[in-house]
Amino acid sequence: MSKKCTVPFSGTKEQESELRSALSLLKNKEGALMEALQTAQGIYGYLPKEVQEIVAEEFGVSLAEVYGVATFYSQFSLMPKGKYKIGVCLGTACYVKGSGDVLAQVEKLLGVSAGEVTPDGRFSIDATRCIGCCGLAPVMTVNDDVYGRITADGVAAILAKYKD
Amino acid sequence: MVNLKINGIDVSVPEGSTILEAARAAGIRIPTLCYMKEINAIGACRICMVEVKGARSMVAACVYPVAEGMEVTTDSDKVIAARKTTLELILSDHNRSCLSCSRNLNCELQALSKEYGCDATRFSGAVTETEKDLSTDYLVRDNSKCILCRRCVAACKAQEVSVIGAVNRGFSTQIACAFGEDLAHSPCVACGQCINVCPTGALHEKEEIDDVKAALADPEKVVIVACAPAVRAGIGEEFGYPVGTNVEGKLVTALKRLGFDKVFDVNFAADMTIMEEATELIERIEEGGKLPLITSCSPGWIRYMEFYYPELIGNVSSCKSPQQMFGALVKTYYAEKNDIDPKNIFVVSIMPCVAKKFEKTRDYENASGYPDIDASLTTRELAKLIKEKGIMFNLLPDGQMDNPMGEFSGAGVIFGATGGVMEAALRTAVEKITGETIGKLDFTEVRGTAGIKEACYAVGGMNVKVAVASGLSNAKELCEKIKKGEADYQFVEIMCCPGGCVNGGGQPILDTYTRREVDYKALRAKALYDEDQAKTIRKSHENPVVKDIYEHYLGKPGSHKAHEILHTKYVKRKKYE
Repeated sequence: MSKKCTVPFSGTKEQESELRSALSLLKNKEGALMEALQTAQGIYGYLPKEVQEIVAEEFGVSLAEVYGVATFYSQFSLMPKGKYKIGVCLGTACYVKGSGDVLAQVEKLLGVSAGEVTPDGRFSIDATRCIGCCGLAPVMTVNDDVYGRITADGVAAILAKYKD
Repeated sequence: MVNLKINGIDVSVPEGSTILEAARAAGIRIPTLCYMKEINAIGACRICMVEVKGARSMVAACVYPVAEGMEVTTDSDKVIAARKTTLELILSDHNRSCLSCSRNLNCELQALSKEYGCDATRFSGAVTETEKDLSTDYLVRDNSKCILCRRCVAACKAQEVSVIGAVNRGFSTQIACAFGEDLAHSPCVACGQCINVCPTGALHEKEEIDDVKAALADPEKVVIVACAPAVRAGIGEEFGYPVGTNVEGKLVTALKRLGFDKVFDVNFAADMTIMEEATELIERIEEGGKLPLITSCSPGWIRYMEFYYPELIGNVSSCKSPQQMFGALVKTYYAEKNDIDPKNIFVVSIMPCVAKKFEKTRDYENASGYPDIDASLTTRELAKLIKEKGIMFNLLPDGQMDNPMGEFSGAGVIFGATGGVMEAALRTAVEKITGETIGKLDFTEVRGTAGIKEACYAVGGMNVKVAVASGLSNAKELCEKIKKGEADYQFVEIMCCPGGCVNGGGQPILDTYTRREVDYKALRAKALYDEDQAKTIRKSHENPVVKDIYEHYLGKPGSHKAHEILHTKYVKRKKYE
């Protein structure tokens, strides 16, 4: 059930002081935990345990409370994004055209699930909502490259393009 | 006052009341699952749905405020059908192995399902995948039985611990620790209050009944048992006695019939604790030691302090808890006196507590070279064992504790209620300091279920200022004051569970209605104060066995030998690794 982050935390002192000064303005504001997590994600790109611990400490709430909010909203990510961000569209058109199989194949080949990142930090996978090119369904993106009318069998060839 | 009609009955309730409270005032019960007065009014489970005339849809009575002229219906076919469907939906994703569940026949979901004539298999579909958390020595979480009411989360938060919360969302929601860690890797204090509020069998203590049965069946073992004070004020509820019935005599007989070689009493060790702790207090006052001295009987409090206030380690008494003192003395003093190898002694404690299961595994709790305590059963586990063995508890004659360690004073009995340790210690400390016999034994200022109690006593020309807290939110308040140097107490008693051990995490589970409507903490405490009142010996230092042990074995309270056997050490703990 838990997603263990396999990429080591590499936050800097500068990021931490930026976060703490942002939190000092928010911590006495009622219901500001979400805003705090948004700010934190803006600074670090994701919300690892180390960052959630800082938020919990500054807000005087438990880590379990912070984690509960962080896992409730899909916009919060507990994993860093990879060098290559893969998006597989699970919008209605793509889905009926078989993007579920495409996603399963991506997960199988990379050994991690949607929402996660490979241990080497190279690939991250996201299951996205409609990205607005239903005519090309099913669609998968890698950073800014868009691949349309793909099949599960074609996934390996696409991934092979992103070697370095 | 606000006037409204519920099922056609006129009722007036104070402004701000909920429909649930107004219905109660009109003698109408609305079922609840997630609701807990003051700490969990979240309208999540939708079992308390009622119709309000003119409202767009049904509303949750536990959170919906009353209004003038409101007309509420709690018993229409529509309401009943909605509740039934909600229950059946809950049951569709519930592990329905009810017959073998620890909460069979004491489950709020089961009771409501029966009341509403539910078809447990009406809906079939996806089932949440769960894993049991068996990581600790004291608690089991089985989320396959969890209904996501969040009562455990609220209880944990009320204790200022909050190691569990709702994780993820929608169908993936589960109650868990942050980052999917198991409980053993969280700063859980082991109080077990979550178990007591769980409506189903999702939470229970880690049972040690089989270990006890194996020891009883082993001819090599001398198996010795002792109950904590609060057990006698609670276990009767498991056999149908009203809340607050003291069943000490029957309890002794039941333990003897179970085959224990000796039935002693933790109350005796409570008297020993007072001797050591009062001595420590007097020494610190006279020699300018660290004050306030804080009690150490409650293992949940100790664990909380080690995680959250390690800077107070120096304030906490080095005395072992009564459970540990008991085991330590059985395996040293009693073993020597009766020429038994402590290796062959198996000591069982019966406790209103789950943290005691953890406490017995701590370091520095093995005075004889063997663990002071071998097994610790909750009040509930003992009741289960008694039932399994076919012992008709209600028909038992009263039995007598064995000698010597079944001898105890009234001061030992009241340990089970918040303020009891303080009062017991005062009875001894005041006499020791002044050298005079005190006339008034009842220190009523420190009694009662208030979260924090303070008092000041003039003792031999000085003022002794004391404070008592139960429940960790209250403990936190005192700890903050002490930490900041704002407190001028000499002696502080802290109990982890609200109301003290009578409301411990190992006590019989009362359903949500009883918890709301019966002052069970006060009733269970009264059973103990009544026993104290009836005792001839009401001061720990007058317990003849205690005197004998000091005279012939330990020397005097606080002696080197007493320290070796009866004292312990604490450690600073990291909240998350």
